[in-house]
Amino acid sequence: MPVSSRFQHDPLVLVFAIAGGSLVALILLAVLTIAVPELANPFHLASVAGEPGVVDSLLLTFLAGFVAVLILALLGTPLAYLLARNDFTGKAVIEGLIDIPLILPHTVAGLMVYFLFMSRGVIGAPFSEMGVFFEEAFPGIVAAMVFVAIPYYVDGVREGFGTVPVRLEHVARTLGATWWQAFTRIVLPLTSRHLVSCALVAWGRAIGEFAAVVMIAYFPMVISALIYQRFATGGIAESRSVAFIMLVLCLALFIGIRVLTKHLGRYDDTA
Amino acid sequence: MIQLEGVSLTRSTFSLRGITLSLKKGEHFFIIGPSGSGKTLLLETIAGIHPDAGGRILMMGKDITDLPPEERGLSLMYQDYSLFPHLTVSENIGFGLTIRGIPHREISKVVESLVARYGIASLRDRYPASLSGGEKQRVALARALATSPALLMLDEPFAAIDPMLKSQFMHELRMIREQGNLTILQVSHSREETYALADRVAVMIDGTVRQVGTCDEVFSRPASLDVAIFTGFENILEGTVISDDTGGHILVAGRIRIAVPHDILPGTRLVACIRAADVRIHPEGHLCTPGIHPAEGIVTGIREDERGTSVTVDCGVAIISWFSHREQEKYQWRTGQKARVVLPSPLVHLVLEGHLEGLPISHSRFP
Repeated sequence: MPVSSRFQHDPLVLVFAIAGGSLVALILLAVLTIAVPELANPFHLASVAGEPGVVDSLLLTFLAGFVAVLILALLGTPLAYLLARNDFTGKAVIEGLIDIPLILPHTVAGLMVYFLFMSRGVIGAPFSEMGVFFEEAFPGIVAAMVFVAIPYYVDGVREGFGTVPVRLEHVARTLGATWWQAFTRIVLPLTSRHLVSCALVAWGRAIGEFAAVVMIAYFPMVISALIYQRFATGGIAESRSVAFIMLVLCLALFIGIRVLTKHLGRYDDTA
Repeated sequence: MIQLEGVSLTRSTFSLRGITLSLKKGEHFFIIGPSGSGKTLLLETIAGIHPDAGGRILMMGKDITDLPPEERGLSLMYQDYSLFPHLTVSENIGFGLTIRGIPHREISKVVESLVARYGIASLRDRYPASLSGGEKQRVALARALATSPALLMLDEPFAAIDPMLKSQFMHELRMIREQGNLTILQVSHSREETYALADRVAVMIDGTVRQVGTCDEVFSRPASLDVAIFTGFENILEGTVISDDTGGHILVAGRIRIAVPHDILPGTRLVACIRAADVRIHPEGHLCTPGIHPAEGIVTGIREDERGTSVTVDCGVAIISWFSHREQEKYQWRTGQKARVVLPSPLVHLVLEGHLEGLPISHSRFP
């Protein structure tokens, strides 16, 4: 039924549309307040986009975000599976721990990451002996990004695993599949949509982090740090151009991945 | 073929307790019981899904208790068929062979023969989401048989299909058994399915096996009160044995008197079970055969359904009798009418009250 026709038959739909539309309008307005002045001055925008500092920062941010998501996929996927498939004593405590980065102020998360990964930290110390340093370095940025993105990835993927009936695994096992084969051939393909979606959200969360990242690694500058630095030292116009470039790139990437994965995990040939 | 020795498993508030069963090769064995009695959990335990289960499972003399599911050589087909949604019909059927590393050409041969046999050749490239219930069932059966299991376990396979398909599938199961000498372990709660297919039946209630026997033994001579209730005895009368004037022993329940064997002593609590179709009721004044002592009662309820009419008579205890529509037209039973109730002794089955768990059939009494 067309939306206009639904409005006539059910006025509540109109109320919902207005309420929901106000949120969409808020985001659109925010985008326009940055986009309109930048598009009005394309030469300035092009010169900022070509600055080596901006390009380096964008590449650094995207790469660190990618590595963070890779680590989350390797460590978070098994965790999400265990939580989805098992009930055990202390499960609620573990779930609560996973959500800590979600509920804490980002500065607190930053402090935690710093204390853990600094050269004298519980994790940082053994790594520094091997020559890997986190303070003011790429690994520090990745560590902060992983920490803040954990709940976004693990909670989402756990929910995805929960949508795959455990009986499918049982049947696969009786047909001759080992536990690993049942996981890789049945569970993972059926959760592929969730996995990609959660990786994307976690990546977005990771590249957008500012406070936690700058507390362990202000340099090299991720894009959020660069925007803040330009805002503090060069004013609105300086920071707005970088922000607009980031906005366009992220939007393009998110839309691109959504389009590419539109049919991922859908197996209905009646559609 | 397969022996279960004291199989036990605990899951939160539910337990399988000391399940001991023995299935013969080529047998179609049914496990029946009410919902929540642990039937599916038992199938999963046999399949090796729950490695923490206690007891022993032997298959053709070999102890498979500690083997993982993939090494047990059996197939499990769930009630919802559990087809893999991301695989086509062909891929579903060939899954077990693919996973075993069988060459593609051989897999194709097996799949082609199975899709042809079950009339699903035109569906081979379709995904399960677009299949009907009957089509899904045939695919699931073909998938379960593709790996040539020694034991096929079916969990309520008829629960989600219409009567026509059910009849076809029953025929198919008979064919499978006859052609392949396959042992089938099937879970059901339907008396009709059990009578139609089962060689032997185990009744499972509350995580334990209460009775094992042929259909006739289980449905006509329940070993315990809860088996009698599950197998649908409409009249279950509890009473105490007394001595009558002639020195005979009778069970008294309301105005009902049932002669019991002499070795059941006065004071013993007994449960008498008789199906409604076996109860005879006659109008007031009806002359019974000499030696038959009917109980007097009053009709208190009449209920009709598509199969017939059930008439409830109050004889101090409620007795239900069943009539076909034609019989009801003839007798015209109505509420408030006086009636004489006869329970034919050979059709009354007695169970010792208090022996409610796993009473061997030989301990039951048959007057």
